Amino acid sequence: MPDSPQARLTCVVNGRRLMFDAHPMARLLDVLRNDGRLTGTKEGCGEGECGACSVILNGELVNSCLTPAAHADGGVITTIEGVAGEESLNVVQEAFLECGGAQCGICTPGMVLAAIDLLSRVPNPTEEEIRAALSGNLCRCTGYMRIFASVLEACKRSPDLNRP
Amino acid sequence: MDVPNIGRSARRKEGRAKVTGQALYVDDISPAGVLYGVTVRSPVARGRIKGIRFDPAIPWDDYTIVTAADIPGVNRVKLITDDQPYLASDVVNHAEEPILLIAHRDRAAAEQARHQVTIDIEPFPAVSTIDDALSAREIIWGTDNLFKSYQVNKGDVESALGDATIVVEGEYETGAQEQLYIEPNGMLAVADPNHGVAVWGSMQCPYYIHTALAALFGLPADKIRVVQMETGGGFGGKEEYPSIIAGHAALLAWKSGRPVKMIYGRAEDMAATTKRHPSRTTHRTAVGRDGRLQAMDIDFVIDGGAYCTLSPVVLSRGTIHAAGPYNCPNVRVRGRAVATNVPPHGAFRGFGAPQSIFALERHMDKVAAAVGLAPDEFRRRNFIQTGDTLSVGQTIREPVNMSALLDRALALSGYSAKRQQFARDNGSGPLRKGIGLATFMHGAGFTGSGEVHLSSIVVVEGTAEGTIRVLTSSTEIGQGTNTIFAQIAADALGIDCDDVEVAQPDTAEVPNSGPTVASRTCMVVGRLVESAALGVQHALIDAGYLPVMHSRAEFRRGCQRYVQAFGSLRATSKYEAPPGLRWDDEQYRGDAYGTYAWAAYVAEVTVDLTTWQTSVDDFVAVQEVGKVVNPILATGQIEGGVAQGIGWALYEDVIWREGRMANGQMTNYIMPSSMDLPSIRVYFEEVPYPHGPAGAKGIGELPMDGAAPAIFNAVAHATGANPDALPLTPEQLMRLMETPVA
Repeated sequence: MPDSPQARLTCVVNGRRLMFDAHPMARLLDVLRNDGRLTGTKEGCGEGECGACSVILNGELVNSCLTPAAHADGGVITTIEGVAGEESLNVVQEAFLECGGAQCGICTPGMVLAAIDLLSRVPNPTEEEIRAALSGNLCRCTGYMRIFASVLEACKRSPDLNRP
Repeated sequence: MDVPNIGRSARRKEGRAKVTGQALYVDDISPAGVLYGVTVRSPVARGRIKGIRFDPAIPWDDYTIVTAADIPGVNRVKLITDDQPYLASDVVNHAEEPILLIAHRDRAAAEQARHQVTIDIEPFPAVSTIDDALSAREIIWGTDNLFKSYQVNKGDVESALGDATIVVEGEYETGAQEQLYIEPNGMLAVADPNHGVAVWGSMQCPYYIHTALAALFGLPADKIRVVQMETGGGFGGKEEYPSIIAGHAALLAWKSGRPVKMIYGRAEDMAATTKRHPSRTTHRTAVGRDGRLQAMDIDFVIDGGAYCTLSPVVLSRGTIHAAGPYNCPNVRVRGRAVATNVPPHGAFRGFGAPQSIFALERHMDKVAAAVGLAPDEFRRRNFIQTGDTLSVGQTIREPVNMSALLDRALALSGYSAKRQQFARDNGSGPLRKGIGLATFMHGAGFTGSGEVHLSSIVVVEGTAEGTIRVLTSSTEIGQGTNTIFAQIAADALGIDCDDVEVAQPDTAEVPNSGPTVASRTCMVVGRLVESAALGVQHALIDAGYLPVMHSRAEFRRGCQRYVQAFGSLRATSKYEAPPGLRWDDEQYRGDAYGTYAWAAYVAEVTVDLTTWQTSVDDFVAVQEVGKVVNPILATGQIEGGVAQGIGWALYEDVIWREGRMANGQMTNYIMPSSMDLPSIRVYFEEVPYPHGPAGAKGIGELPMDGAAPAIFNAVAHATGANPDALPLTPEQLMRLMETPVA
């Protein structure tokens, strides 16, 4: 939105303070990718259908393409870049590598965050619960089977998940 | 050498970058001073451009504007027939046809400006269906609206049909399907007359773009550079269309002198780029009372859209696969690709074969019923055997055992018991269960002499660090190219796949190993990787730097010392057809493919007669694909292909209105989500193919062929209806079942 009025907004992204000037209705997706230089969050559809832009905002999984920047003001955000530890990957990321949960990789950041969000609420989900929790994240490559396997593997590896 | 790399599920090479969000796709890079490009498109399906008007409220001096008049070279996309312009200047032949390009430093401003340009067009009557095209009332392409025709003849179909006591007829239709890779198309271009043209982007075929840009700009090959960025899915949808986007971005860059990024939004990608060809197939089949096929007369028509693009090749593959894995003495297949005024249809996993196989496998169930045989028993009596000859005259020399594949699929799915149980239990309630099967094959590699013409090249080099680099133009688009090439090279050299790097496809560095299509990457290019790697090994051994039997550490040291001594270590391999393969382009006869993958799929469904919804409850996929290089990757390929097949069968409905897609959003074009798919159970038989790397064959397209017909056969079993057109949405099924049979 060129020449539109801007507001000064602040949030904490992956543990770091991010301050930016944006139209209050700017998409959080654009703010993260452009102002935050966090390009791991992807745009697949721009209308909240595919989930490639999923991030965790104040403990909730949201589509950042539908989230106004103002809504994130003062909030705490985890993007895919904030999931791994300093030394090692998150157990969900490890499981995706082990089980073939990622193919082309474009849905993977959102899918990994959706899985982490699920496991933070339901530590030992059934396959039905996994299916329901990931239903907002579309994948065209895998047919989801390897992704389900990845989430189950993550549970197996770590009953006490390190949650972001 | 330690444990072989081939046959184990080595981790995806670029997996870590993907799960951490570090992998760079084209929209993730933004060089300084970049402009954002957008495309102004035709609002009508066919007509003559009378004028272009620019809204005076927009400060157009701030924008770069490109029309056909700005094109330095040839305004035709170089592919097969070269009939498609990059930018229309006189007539338009389909809605969404590109006419004008705009670039601006602000993405939103560019997008806004797109809507402030009005194209005045005098509309002409448009051709919108296969029937319209065949009627030739309006001629929109050539003299007869036909891009291509093929005829395949084996035996004497007319006599056999004339003598037959049982003839079964059927007509089958399939709709368009959107590839729906989750990363939309996109390109970044830098271009100027002094340095040439360079593009980075989402693509399957760097050298297609390379060739196309050279012609568009009239530049020598060494002035063009094409680099593949991480690519978020392709499925054929990034085979040919990226040449257009690359051209458009480069034209804007050429004129503005600035880098230009052109990223399609989802709606534009769905409306303007290619889809799977819609098709119509008619069958007339003569069958004996013994259940043996006597004659198959098949007419296969596909809708190519407004320009020829890849339609002749799609038609070819569909035509050759139309008679399937059956031995029939008399076969005639007539294939035609017609022109209509819709955006050109293009490559999509399976490339014509899913369309003709859908028709065939639905029809085989009907023929079985006509002779009173169960679907599986009828097929068993007609399966092709080693030594039999396909309709195009290809004699199958390799071991093939379709009956064994089918038996295994039936056992794993509990087919026989369920077939009986469902027939017994389907009472008067609203839920009906059914189980159905499909048996089929898919040829790997380019059709006929295609691989000989491609003449692919691969380079493998040793580095000063003692590691190996594989240089090919084969792209990683999710299917696992990087990983399997590393496994293949590692096993050839007796090292670990961690010691192998697969270079990013960059035409400035990698040779032309052909496009990433046609299930050819593993079997054809992988074989070249294997031979080039062996070339490196021979060089080291011959020069005395490596013992024949060596460890990983010895290889590393030998390679280091060799590179130190001679400066470089490279070996090249070039495609040569396996001995004995013959294809006659003129007669369209011979060995259509080096080999085939063979498969038997079983689907179990529930049909709800209240909502008319069909859900797939279980899916078993058994296939023989030669040696499986990486079980997890291969399984993922089959699962993903089956999922796309389920989407094509039941959900994915492209609705056309005046030549444009009316539901070009993920909101109303429905692909399967995690809630919509059954457990997809995948099993491999491995019969090594002597001319593939370690015995591997092609795999990528195969799973697209079998899901839809297996599901339709299951729905027929569940309901007693005969659904013959896909997608089988609830509305379609309701129409079919509520229409009284005449």
